[in-house]
Amino acid sequence: MDNPTYQIYYQYPLIQIVKSNIMSQKKIAVIGGGVAGMEVASQLDYLGHSVVLMEKEKELGGHVQNWFQLFPDRKAGNEIINQLRSKILNSKVEIKTSTQITDVSLKKNNIGLLDQQNQIYNLNAVVLTTGYDLFDARLKEEYGYGIYKNVITSIELEEIFKSGQIINPLGKRPKRIGFVHCVGSRDEKCNNHHCSKLCCVTAVKQATEIRTIQPETEVFCFYMDMRMFGSNYEEMYRDSQEKHGVKYIRGRVSEAAESIDGEIQIKIEDTLTGRPLKMNVDLLVLLVGMLPSKETTHLGQKMALNFEQNGFIKGKDAHCHSNLTNEEGVFIAGTSSGPMNITDSISHARAAAMEVDQFLNVKN
Amino acid sequence: MHKVEKKIIWKEYQKEIPDDHYFFVRSCIRQNFFPGSETFFLNLLRKHLGKDIFEDPRHTTCTGIGYHTDVVPFETIMTVVARHFALMTEAGYEHMVISCVTSFGIYAEILETWKHFPKIEEKVRKDLKIATGREFNIPQTITHCSDIIYKFRNEISSIKEFSLINQFNDKPLNVVEHIGCHYSKMFPAYGVGGAEFPQVLSGMIKAWGGHVLDYPERRHCCGFGFRQYIVQANRGYSVANTKKKFESMEPFKPDLILCNCPGCTMFMDKWQYTIAEMEGKTYGKEKIGIPVLTYEELTGLLLGYNPWDLGLQMHQVQVELLLDKMGIQYDEFTKYKSKDGEDIGQPNIPDLLSIPAYSNCKI
Repeated sequence: MDNPTYQIYYQYPLIQIVKSNIMSQKKIAVIGGGVAGMEVASQLDYLGHSVVLMEKEKELGGHVQNWFQLFPDRKAGNEIINQLRSKILNSKVEIKTSTQITDVSLKKNNIGLLDQQNQIYNLNAVVLTTGYDLFDARLKEEYGYGIYKNVITSIELEEIFKSGQIINPLGKRPKRIGFVHCVGSRDEKCNNHHCSKLCCVTAVKQATEIRTIQPETEVFCFYMDMRMFGSNYEEMYRDSQEKHGVKYIRGRVSEAAESIDGEIQIKIEDTLTGRPLKMNVDLLVLLVGMLPSKETTHLGQKMALNFEQNGFIKGKDAHCHSNLTNEEGVFIAGTSSGPMNITDSISHARAAAMEVDQFLNVKN
Repeated sequence: MHKVEKKIIWKEYQKEIPDDHYFFVRSCIRQNFFPGSETFFLNLLRKHLGKDIFEDPRHTTCTGIGYHTDVVPFETIMTVVARHFALMTEAGYEHMVISCVTSFGIYAEILETWKHFPKIEEKVRKDLKIATGREFNIPQTITHCSDIIYKFRNEISSIKEFSLINQFNDKPLNVVEHIGCHYSKMFPAYGVGGAEFPQVLSGMIKAWGGHVLDYPERRHCCGFGFRQYIVQANRGYSVANTKKKFESMEPFKPDLILCNCPGCTMFMDKWQYTIAEMEGKTYGKEKIGIPVLTYEELTGLLLGYNPWDLGLQMHQVQVELLLDKMGIQYDEFTKYKSKDGEDIGQPNIPDLLSIPAYSNCKI
């Protein structure tokens, strides 16, 4: 029990039983070393398979390592990453960081991958955990991101939280902060019709954090609908209003502009009262949505996978086989299949490991 | 403000502006309010830049003001514009250059309508044929006159005699730019730099040494807004809009407002008098109003044209202080003389608008 790997496995007795049934060594590549990638790789390793985990960045971790705290329990993002990373580091998973797949060949019983150093991998199965990219907020020009210093994205606010005090990019302690929901989501003009699911609860969490750290700062959230789908999310939303005094205004911000002292003037229509509003904020936070990552799109196209209308990779069946794709031996997990929170990504990754295992055992 | 990022964003919106061989269509109102602008534009292209630009005297109004006030139906304006296309086709040109932002917006709206609803185009072709016997080709490009000046801003810079530099302190002049809603708010891809951070005027200002002011109400309507002004009962909205812009730009201390659109130039200029009469307030750091110029007038000044040949005496806000700042010489005694020396009449001096420049000019 001193072995940390064993301690972690000890938490999952059902999987231990499955592991004991695995007799063969099959080679599987997991592409993408974020939350889902790390989880699917460690589960497959535990099931007795030979796994290579490929990550384009220098380190494993993906987007979550950029998050100061997570919803709904305000757990540190790094805590989750460290937990998953330690499982991987104490497994037999071969980790290949700074690795990008440049080409793919799909043949019966063999999937070939080629990386940027021209190394060839021959595999029995591939799991795409290539995840998402954040929407480039510069494309919503009316918000002035990239132009006005006090307009930042939700991920940049997490960096500010990490510094321990809330200071805007012009070095001022903000008296008023505005959050713009649905930046690059549910927006025909960006050709992104889908909901990114997590932006609403991110705003609730970040607004609450601000009011906790700096209660004198007024916080306004400008939303279309509040989509509190997860466990405890609705409670967080209610608390943010009742206990923390966050103000929610239904309506989209039409434009942002910089005043002479660097404040951001915003114009909004309050669609509940039917009145236009204009106010100045010291910091405008854009809740950027999720889009399929470049790798998700690139590899999906190379493998001739089916895509959802929103550009994410389509599962074979939305209910029973969401980890399977239209190509035999190619699986998906986590946010390469659509916007998903960490809890769902980890569950989806475990399900993918079981699907891969079943697929290889049947073939065997 | 992150200037590098701004440049990156602007690069996304570079429209195709032809090099030469233009078919020119005039504005209905510019020749009255800014009588030197269009003439200068033709001179600039023909004499200074050596370009071929043709205009057909049979060209008419586009009926845009009537269209935007619900007097002229869409079918009618489409047929009028189709006739302009026919004149262009008959003259052997493919690049339409439009002097008026309202017309430019209408041409863009019609072309986009036809692109998405080809049957409407078919009907207009048929109607034009029945009414006039004419046929037409769709222009290869439509550009606003300011697009052309933007395209050649560096060439103009190399031959200009003056710059947007304040001679009294050697600092760039602070310039507000106003592109006009119909230039690119409806169809961002038709404008240089899109709708939010358009570059067409700001590109000229920067190329000629000025400093572009980005103030909070930069995108706001000038106040013309057709119905806001044309329906007399709504004129309060018009003045209120313009006032909002002046109040917003005032802390940035603008030396000049550069406009793209005939309506905007007129309202930003003339409402300064109205606001002074209504509220006793005159804008501008010197409290003599903020001069408002068209891009052609500004280009003409930079090239050394006589301000009175460019028609600057027709403006409400007097331009002499701006000319002094730019180091441009002018003869105040010929301000209200015609080219053959005849007196063309002088405006009354307003009672409430504080215009010290009037007394300085000794008119």
